[in-house]
Amino acid sequence: MNDLLTHPLKTSTGRTIRSEEMIINMGPQHPSTHGVLRLEIVVDGEIVVDVIPHVGYLHRCFEKHCESMTNYQQVIPYCDRLDYIASMNMDWAYCLAAEKLLAIQVPERVQYIRVIMAELQRIASHLIALGTYGLDVGAFTPFLFMFRDRERILDLFEMTCGARLLYNYIWIGGVSHDLPPGFVDKAKAFCKYFRPNIKEFNDLLTYNEIFIKRTANVGVLPKDVAIAYACSGPMLRGSGVSFDLRKDDPYSIYDRFEWSVPVGKGEVGTIGDCWDRYMVRMREMTESLNILEQALAQIPDGDVASAIPKRIRPNAGDAYVRSESPRGEIGFYIVSDGSGTPYRVKARSPAFVNLSVTPEICRGSMIADLVAIVGSVDIVLGEVDR
Amino acid sequence: MEPLLKGLLGNDIITYVIMAFVPLLWVVPYALFAVWLERKVSAHMQDRLGPMRVGGWHGWAQTIADILKLIQKEDIVPAAADKKLHFLAPFVVFIGSYAAFATIPFSSAYVGSNLNIGLFYIVAVSSLVVVGILMAGWGSNNKWSLFGAIRSAAQIISYEIPTALALLVAVMLTGSLSLQEITKYQDGGMQNWILFGGPASLPGKFLLMPFTFVSFIILFVASLAETNRTPFDIPEAESELVAGYHTEYSGMKFALFFLAEYANMFAVSAIAATLFLGGWTSPFGSFLGGPIWGVFWFLSKGMFFVFVQMWLRWTLPRMRVDQLMYISWKVLTPWAFACVLGVGFYLVM
Repeated sequence: MNDLLTHPLKTSTGRTIRSEEMIINMGPQHPSTHGVLRLEIVVDGEIVVDVIPHVGYLHRCFEKHCESMTNYQQVIPYCDRLDYIASMNMDWAYCLAAEKLLAIQVPERVQYIRVIMAELQRIASHLIALGTYGLDVGAFTPFLFMFRDRERILDLFEMTCGARLLYNYIWIGGVSHDLPPGFVDKAKAFCKYFRPNIKEFNDLLTYNEIFIKRTANVGVLPKDVAIAYACSGPMLRGSGVSFDLRKDDPYSIYDRFEWSVPVGKGEVGTIGDCWDRYMVRMREMTESLNILEQALAQIPDGDVASAIPKRIRPNAGDAYVRSESPRGEIGFYIVSDGSGTPYRVKARSPAFVNLSVTPEICRGSMIADLVAIVGSVDIVLGEVDR
Repeated sequence: MEPLLKGLLGNDIITYVIMAFVPLLWVVPYALFAVWLERKVSAHMQDRLGPMRVGGWHGWAQTIADILKLIQKEDIVPAAADKKLHFLAPFVVFIGSYAAFATIPFSSAYVGSNLNIGLFYIVAVSSLVVVGILMAGWGSNNKWSLFGAIRSAAQIISYEIPTALALLVAVMLTGSLSLQEITKYQDGGMQNWILFGGPASLPGKFLLMPFTFVSFIILFVASLAETNRTPFDIPEAESELVAGYHTEYSGMKFALFFLAEYANMFAVSAIAATLFLGGWTSPFGSFLGGPIWGVFWFLSKGMFFVFVQMWLRWTLPRMRVDQLMYISWKVLTPWAFACVLGVGFYLVM
C-alpha cells in the first residue's frame, strides 16, 4: 500500500510529500464529551491512533472538604454533587459507610424507602445515559422521549423532598422526610406507565438498522480487559460478566427481591461492544421496575427518624462500604479519629475507573466510533473529578 | 414570462435581472418558513411544542426574530483564519445552491432560463457548493472545520455518481435534458409520471416501472447526502465535529450557510419532483391545470419532499463515514447502473 505516512513520496522536482498524524483536542468544550472531559486524540485521517484522556476540570476538592466539615451529616450535600445525575445512590453509599462506622441499624421502612429511591434514581440515570447516547450517534428524538419519562421520576422526588436534582434526602440513620401521602400510588402508576415505554425506546432506537451498524462490534471490551481494569457496572456486565453488588454482595434489603442481572450476550455483534453496554442499561431499567414494584408492595409503616443520631461521634476506626450505583461500584472509605468530623473520606468512583479503559478500546477506531465509545462508558465528570 | 417581460420593458438586460431575482422571491420566504417548519416538525415528533410566542400564532415570526438577531451579531473572524477564503465561502455556497434554481421550471410560464441542457447545468453548478465548503473548512483554520470540509467533499462527490445515473433514467426516457421538456412529457396526470414508468401511452410501461421507481429512490437517498441531511449529515455531525465547516462562522455569514442549506433542500426536492413526479403538471389530468395552478403543484410537490427530509432527520441516527461511502459505491451506484441498463434495453426493444 502506498501509505504516505510511512513511505514519503518523492516528486520529480525533488520535493518530499508525506502525511502526518494530527493531534486534535476534543473538549473540554465539545458537545459529546458529556461535561468537561478533554480527550487529546492522535488521528491518521479518520482513524484514531491514540487517545489520552485529561481529567480534572471539575475537581472540587471533595475529599478535603469532607475533612473540614463541622459534622458527618454535612458531607451529604457534597455527595449529592459527586454523581449529580444519580445523587440518591451517592448519598446512600456515603450513609452506608457512616452507619457501618457507627454500627447503627436503620428501621425497616427506611430500608424500603432507600431502595425505592435508589431504583427510581437508577432508571432516571439510565434514561439520561441512553438518551445522550442516542444524541452521540445522531438520533435526537429518543433523547427527548427519555427526558419526558425522567421528568416523571423527578416529579416523584420533588414531591418527597422538594429537590429535583440534588436531594440531600438520605441521611445517616434515616431519611430527611417520610414519604408524602399518595407517593406509593403515584410510584406504582409510574411503573405501570413506564414499562411499555421501554418497548417504544427499543423500537425507535435499539433495533434501528443504522444504530446497530454504528454500535455493534464497535469498542469491544473483552472480559479479561474489563476485569483487569477493574471496570464495574454496565461496563463490566456488558462484557458478559455477571457481577452486580446488589446480587453478589447484597447490602440493605436487596436479597429480598426477585430480579436478575442482565449481561451482554453479543446479540448483534461481539460480546462487550457498545450495543451490549447500551442494552444492559436498557434491560436494567426493566429489572429496576421489578424491584420497585416489589418494594412498593411490601413497604411497611414506621418511623423514619428514630435511628438518626443526635450527635455523630464514631469511635476511632475505619470503614469501607461499596454499593452499586448506576455507573458501577461506588465505594466510600471513612476514617474516624473519634471526633465529630471525618478524619479522611475517600470515594472510589466507578466512572473514573471505567474511563481509564477507554484508550485501550478506542485505538484503531474512527472518530465517529470514539464518540460512540465514550458515550457508552457513561461518564459523569462530577464523579470522575470529584 | 420572458417574452412578456421583454415586450413590457423593451430591454433584455433588465428582463434577465428580473428573471434572475424571481426565484429569490420564493427562496428567502421559503427558507424562513422551512426553518420554522423544521422546528415545529421536530417539536411535535418529540412531544414538545416548539416556538409558541413570537408573533402570536404558533410562533410564526420566530425565524424573522432570529434573522434580526443574527444581523445585529458581531461578525467574528478567527485571528488565524485565511480572511479572503473565510469571507467568500458562504457566498460561494449560497451561489452554488441558488444557481440551480435557474433552470428549474416553476410553472409552464416561468423558468429562469429554458436551457436545452438544463439538467446537465444543475448537476454542474450544484458541485460548486463543495468548493465553498472546502473554502470554509480550510479558511477557518480549525481542525474540526477541516474535517467537516474534507468529509463533505468526499461525500458530495461520491453521491454525485448515483444521482447523475438516476437522473439519466428520466433523460433516456424523454430524450431531452431540458427540465421543461421532461415536465411536459409527463403532462396529463399521475399515471403519466416517470415514477410509474412514464406516459400511459407507452407500450409495455409496466416493464419500465421497477426501474424508474428504484431510480427515484436512489435519487432521493443520494440527494439527502448531497444536502448533508440526516442520516448523511456527517460533514456537520454535531456530536463529532461540533458544527463541521461552519463552526467558526457567526452572524449573517452563518445565516447564509443556513439559507444555502434550506435552498439546497428545496432544489433537490424540486428536481426529484420535476423528473419523476411531473413537476408543475397537475396530478389529476386537466383538473386545476394551467400556469398559475402549476406553481401551486410544483411548490406542493417540492415542499412534500422537504417535509420528508425533515421527518427522516428527526427519526434516524447518523451513519459513519465508511458506511456512507459503502452505500454510495457498493449499493446505490450498481443499482443505478442496473436501472440505466434496464431502461436502455427497453428503449432498444
